[in-house]
Amino acid sequence: MKLIKCAGIVIAFVLQVSLVQQVAAELRIEVTEGLDDAVKVAVVPFVWEGRRPLPENLSEIIDADLRLSGRFETTPVDQMLSLPASASEVFPRDWKLLQVEYIIIGRIQAQSDRIQLRFELFNVPRQAVDITQTIEGSIDELRDMAHYASDVIFENLTGIEGAFSTRIMYVTATGPLDDRSFQLNIADADGHRIKTVLQSREPILSATWAPDGNRIAYQSFEKDSRPAIYIADLTTGARQQITDFEGLNGAPAFSPDGKSLAMVLSKDGSPDIYVLDIETRRLRRITRHYGIDTEPSWTPDGKAIIFTSSRGGKPQIYQMTLRDLSIERLTFEGDYNAKASILPDGSGIIMVHRREGIYHIALFDMNRGRISVLTETSLDESPSIAPNGSMLIYATQVNNNGILAAVSVDSRVKFNLPSSEGDVREPAWSPKKRMTFTPISQ
Amino acid sequence: MGIRINRGYLAIGFAAVFLVGCASDKSDTDTMEDGPGDETQTMTDNTDSSDSMAQPEVVMPAEPEIRNGDIWVPETPNSQSLMALSGVFYFDFDQAIVKRAGHSELNKHASVLASDGALRLRLQGHADERGTREYNLALGERRANAVRAYLVAQGASRTQVEVISYGEEKPADAGHSERAWAMNRRVEFSYR
Repeated sequence: MKLIKCAGIVIAFVLQVSLVQQVAAELRIEVTEGLDDAVKVAVVPFVWEGRRPLPENLSEIIDADLRLSGRFETTPVDQMLSLPASASEVFPRDWKLLQVEYIIIGRIQAQSDRIQLRFELFNVPRQAVDITQTIEGSIDELRDMAHYASDVIFENLTGIEGAFSTRIMYVTATGPLDDRSFQLNIADADGHRIKTVLQSREPILSATWAPDGNRIAYQSFEKDSRPAIYIADLTTGARQQITDFEGLNGAPAFSPDGKSLAMVLSKDGSPDIYVLDIETRRLRRITRHYGIDTEPSWTPDGKAIIFTSSRGGKPQIYQMTLRDLSIERLTFEGDYNAKASILPDGSGIIMVHRREGIYHIALFDMNRGRISVLTETSLDESPSIAPNGSMLIYATQVNNNGILAAVSVDSRVKFNLPSSEGDVREPAWSPKKRMTFTPISQ
Repeated sequence: MGIRINRGYLAIGFAAVFLVGCASDKSDTDTMEDGPGDETQTMTDNTDSSDSMAQPEVVMPAEPEIRNGDIWVPETPNSQSLMALSGVFYFDFDQAIVKRAGHSELNKHASVLASDGALRLRLQGHADERGTREYNLALGERRANAVRAYLVAQGASRTQVEVISYGEEKPADAGHSERAWAMNRRVEFSYR
């Protein structure tokens, strides 16, 4: 019934069980709404100068990244009139005929046990190369190299930082109701390379990333089905039980500096927000109300926490300034606003909003004080914002199955990530890229 | 289920017998004739075993028993056969108010707990899937807390009753209809 102070309770946990990985359900991206004025691009099959075939097709990965972003229309290879291997081989008229505006060209070479990728972005109207980069990685990093190239190209063309190298953490529930199995998984943003990090017969929920992308926190019911918060280290596989209080132990949220964990405990009577110093284990209660206070989320500067509270009768979003514990109500429109998180630039809040009995993901514009609904589905929940602040992923129901879906903050791009199996819920977009590369100077 | 209906029937029977007894004392049976006459008659016949009660062998009533998290109690104070108390109580949307319809069954739980201080009960609070998961955890806890407060007010000790909320994570009905949601807004009893 107290904070578990013993850092020695480190239980090795399954980071990657091959058996588990085989049965892990696949996620597949399906664009449901793309831009009408999507930019037409062509990713020409990359030239591979090695002898044995590569385990991954880099140009196909980049093509899929750009296409599934909803902002680009890619060109099928069988429609291409020529397949240049470098910018000097490009005949602009071949591409003007197809109304292609940008061509991505690549060449892959083996350098002893390393793989080098040189990719170029050719601007057809300008008839000039906009980007040329060469990066190097191991044979196991081919997908990372492709996603890196997608990020560079995407940012150059849209001005928005790419999110193709990021990851998504989510929970899957499989099996009949009386015999459920819960998995906590981490996949690449394109749904590939799924790893199961935790399996339990009891629910797993509220999984969240530390800002460094190396640690996660979550709630589960492992000891005698009682709730507790855990922190797991993804690189070492060690994990620690953080709380063991009577009542609720949930909704963990790392502070932007990664040193504190906000959480919900009801040990003192009703659900209130507490902040734990992870190093010293000092626990500070920051809200004190008989209503429900839950779903804490930090402002980007770490100076305030926004949270859901029923103190006004119905759940609404409030902001608490940590310096003086002053509280301000932020939302007034509608009778159900919950699970808020702030966009990285602080301009708005993404949250669950009920309108006419239907639960949608909505954007609350902080400057105008206005709520706009971003999703058309119902029972939408658990929105999580990509580190670039332009997309968010959430959970919804399609054909009586829980699936993940994504929508751009301007609501112009939408895609689903249906899973091949089970109920998928509670996505959390990683704050950091899985891997990045430094271009080799030419 | 069958046992529970049976018991309800028996309870009515006993009440009727009691009323008949009172009525005959006052020697004014006219008003009673309008009552549940047939039933009173048959029940009176059935319970006309006061002779056997007078027989010397003492029949020990059964002790309450925990089976699979349910509590089984004697059907009547001196009965040897056991019946399960209902262990699920339902709630209205976004509400944590214990419904009046559940009071009598809850009173039975309270009296079993009060009579045996060693009994331990876990109340599992649940919510339907609408709304956010963390908010629903809080709502599930509210419901289980409300049941605990009721039991404590009726004589159970607070230390006997543990509350755990599962929010919307363990639905009883996997559907997405009003009917499924009504089945999922519940508190479940688990004796240990």
